[in-house]
Amino acid sequence: MATKAYQRVYTKLEGITKATVSLRAKGVSNDELAVVGGRLAQVVRTKGDMVTLQIFSGTEGIPTDAEVVFLGAPPTLKVSDQLSGRFFDAYGHPIDGGPEIEGEERQIGGPSVNPYKRRQPSQLIPTGIAGIDLNNTLVSGQKIPFFADPDQPYNQVMADVALRADVDKIILGGMGLSNDDYLFFRHSFEAAGALDRIICFINTTENPPVERLLVPDMALTAAEYFAVEKNEKVLVLLTDMTLYADALSIVSNRMDQIPSKDSMPGSLYSDLAKIYEKAVQLPTEGSITIIAVTTLNDGDITHAIPDNTGYITEGQLFLRADSDTGKVIIDPFRSLSRLKQLVQGKKTREDHSQVMNASVRLYADAQNAKTKLENGFDLSDYDHRCLAYAKDYARELLAIDVNISITEMLDTAWKLFGKYFSPAETGIKQALIDKYWVK
Amino acid sequence: MKTKGIVTGIVSNLVTVEVDGPVAENEICYIDLQGVKMMAEVIKVNGKTASVQVFESTRGLRGGDTVEFEGRMLEVTLGPGLLSSVYDGLQNDLTTMTGVFLKRGEYTDPLNHEKTWDFTPLAQAGDRVAAADWLGEVKEGWLPHKIMVPFSFQGEFTVKRISPAGAYNIDTVIAVLTNAEGEDVNVTMTQKWPVKVAIKGYREKPRPNRIMETGVRVIDTMNPIAEGGTGFIPGPFGCGKTVLQHAIAKQGDADVIVMAACGERANEVVEIFTEFPELIDPHTGRHLMERTTIICNTSNMPVAAREASVYTAMTICEYYRAMGLKCLLLADSTSRWAQALREMSNRMEELPGADAFPVDLSAIISNFYSRAGMVVLNNGQTGAVTFIGTVSPAGGNLKEPVTESTKKAARCFYALEQGRADQKRYPAVGPLESYSKYLDYPEIKQYLDETVEKGWVEKVLSAKNIIRRGKEASEQINILGDDGVPMSYHVNFWKSELVDFVILQQDAFDAIDALCPLERQRFMLDLVLDICAKDYEFEDFEQCRSFFKDLINQLRQMNYSAYESEQFWAYNESVKKMTA
Repeated sequence: MATKAYQRVYTKLEGITKATVSLRAKGVSNDELAVVGGRLAQVVRTKGDMVTLQIFSGTEGIPTDAEVVFLGAPPTLKVSDQLSGRFFDAYGHPIDGGPEIEGEERQIGGPSVNPYKRRQPSQLIPTGIAGIDLNNTLVSGQKIPFFADPDQPYNQVMADVALRADVDKIILGGMGLSNDDYLFFRHSFEAAGALDRIICFINTTENPPVERLLVPDMALTAAEYFAVEKNEKVLVLLTDMTLYADALSIVSNRMDQIPSKDSMPGSLYSDLAKIYEKAVQLPTEGSITIIAVTTLNDGDITHAIPDNTGYITEGQLFLRADSDTGKVIIDPFRSLSRLKQLVQGKKTREDHSQVMNASVRLYADAQNAKTKLENGFDLSDYDHRCLAYAKDYARELLAIDVNISITEMLDTAWKLFGKYFSPAETGIKQALIDKYWVK
Repeated sequence: MKTKGIVTGIVSNLVTVEVDGPVAENEICYIDLQGVKMMAEVIKVNGKTASVQVFESTRGLRGGDTVEFEGRMLEVTLGPGLLSSVYDGLQNDLTTMTGVFLKRGEYTDPLNHEKTWDFTPLAQAGDRVAAADWLGEVKEGWLPHKIMVPFSFQGEFTVKRISPAGAYNIDTVIAVLTNAEGEDVNVTMTQKWPVKVAIKGYREKPRPNRIMETGVRVIDTMNPIAEGGTGFIPGPFGCGKTVLQHAIAKQGDADVIVMAACGERANEVVEIFTEFPELIDPHTGRHLMERTTIICNTSNMPVAAREASVYTAMTICEYYRAMGLKCLLLADSTSRWAQALREMSNRMEELPGADAFPVDLSAIISNFYSRAGMVVLNNGQTGAVTFIGTVSPAGGNLKEPVTESTKKAARCFYALEQGRADQKRYPAVGPLESYSKYLDYPEIKQYLDETVEKGWVEKVLSAKNIIRRGKEASEQINILGDDGVPMSYHVNFWKSELVDFVILQQDAFDAIDALCPLERQRFMLDLVLDICAKDYEFEDFEQCRSFFKDLINQLRQMNYSAYESEQFWAYNESVKKMTA
């Protein structure tokens, strides 16, 4: 980054931590960018004329006489149609060997949409995966994360969902992606012939962790351009938000802030909400839908990161290995889509919500039977039927390798009810039983 | 002369200002960011340095930028036109803002100044009046909106002149009052009040003596909330907090409902103003939106205004209470408000309390809950503010500061349980942990005896007992196995399942089951208790299970049928046959 004549240049750092430096400077504005010894940094605190800067790539090797140049503006991204099909780093610079983008320069992390100007999300996003479409239907303008242990194939499922979804743009924000996963996304997008509607902002494990903090805002600034200006349906994929939150805690720790639960900053909820609430159905056709990944530590959703996420997002999709079928399933108990009732039975068949509830309730009965079995008790006839049903249900509907239409999912569920249960045992409304029961 | 200052420090939305004159705690100031005036509130003063929390993003703010202090606290504007409005936490009208995105420093007027209201005087020249006394009324929707002596007026006044019936806008002087010193003061239809101060101007605050119907069985039957009472709903995410709150908002028997969406999802607010204008209030037949005010400070809006939003909402409720109306305040979620307090306390480097919350959290919460209540006005009429807040405990663990502090302040506790939610037993209110202290009030017992039926509270307690016995039986069955326990254990377990499925569970998305009036609740509880009072003989537990499953199914179909319809009585008949 070249310096210009009128820019203020300082050369005396008074304090250095692993992520921040501080120095005396005048007329510095909050959130403004600076270059410290050639590295990009951002103003995070001013106290009198003492300014603290967060250095995105870390402070290793920064001397106290490093040259500090203030750039006068917060981080920006140039937006235009040229973004399509391109791969960028966390600063918005191309990493695919292509030319720099020409377009309007926009500050990232801009203001929120006036809630009164939003519209209620109402467009179904079918994915072919019954664990999602049948039990936890997705709607455009929704924000929902996958909760998964690190060994689950969450990136693969997310890529499947993205490529099957009927959207105009797919924007990937990769944070702390392994190089292998980065190449996986690149190859699946290429193989699907979808590169023209893909935009990627990538921070890999090889890049410094604090740089990740820029990735979601970059991805969402691009998303807002296409959704607001071009009235497009945009799907934003953010993986992995746990690593993003880890980077937040590093910075707050270096700034001597008092940590709250799980050594996360006290502002974690607001920090995450600022990102997720960018999901929106605009009054025009444009929308931003966010699907994220939050990796868990051994399925623990009480940790501050998944816990705060769950309170912000409109549900969560919980991946779990199922021992009965040996497949990865979308756990029907812990998963939830809060917007599903906006489309279930409205954009899908009338029996949708009752079938979904009955099938999950029977699956819960099967779990009870399983507990009885494990404790060495005799099983009743009903227990045996539940267990057999659970196996079929997991294999034919919950597994992530299912790819059928929603009507086929409903028919499959009725088939399983008819095979194992009496109508009364399902507890479904009589009118629907009369119409759909498979004898 | 206004006090002025200059910005000397910035950490996120906490700004320190060097001031040139007197400043007050909670005083409002405007920070000038290159022509954009951003509102902020003083939260700490140390010598010449004031710490202020800014209600906007501080991006681009510089040391040396100028600040002007207003000499007043954060106020709301009160007057006709508050209902059916959508405000942010600082009472800016969100519907009149331009552009899709919120702009910094864009503040809009909460009330329409052009619109005229049909005024009818209630007082006469020569009347002796004091703060909060009624001078006249206008029709706001179908509600009689009283025009009162401003709450800030101290002492006694004499009405010198009052306008005759006619159409006036809110800024017209409708009365002239003379104070004890003989000075005349003008009264319009609008007044201002600082949000953090409770509105008094009533004679007394007696104990609540009647219940507020919500149409939700697990509340009205099992743990009723009093009119003017307080309650809270803690629960992990995904347990149905919001669905339950919306059900209460749609069906609650109140004249005025104020919903404070405090640091929650924007789409939930969108749901309210998409659906409410279409929905009909079951008690009056009018559109729900006509009795509703929405205060909306969603999670991505500035954190400091989140704290203000609950106070703004409470002040509006107190205003309508002073008109002799029944108000219901719903705040979702009070944990987000507490977190906003934590963020500021943290940035000010205060010594933290438990979980890094400020040490006075408990006092702040109980002070806020104490603003609810039923009051007897100066003219002998009554008004009420019922308050129900949700709490979002971190990790679903109820042993955390916000839940514990709220438990001390609120009289009703509706604990949402992960286990019940996992089994889709909605509303997932735990039947044994939840409580309503109002069931112990003799005046409430008497009220229920008179309005529902004699001995109602005993019936409710016996239903709770059935659940308790069922839980014990189920634990024994799980330890000893189906064959290892006497048949009576199975019967007890299934009787509790019956109460659970028919009374506790309710389908909020079913057009009929969603709203269950108290009369229908009485019928169903009586029916269920009759069934549970009988003894049943079974050959084995399989037979017991299938008998009760069939019975539960019939009773659930009954819940799905219109009350006292042909279908309803047919199911009732078949239930009677099965249990004969």
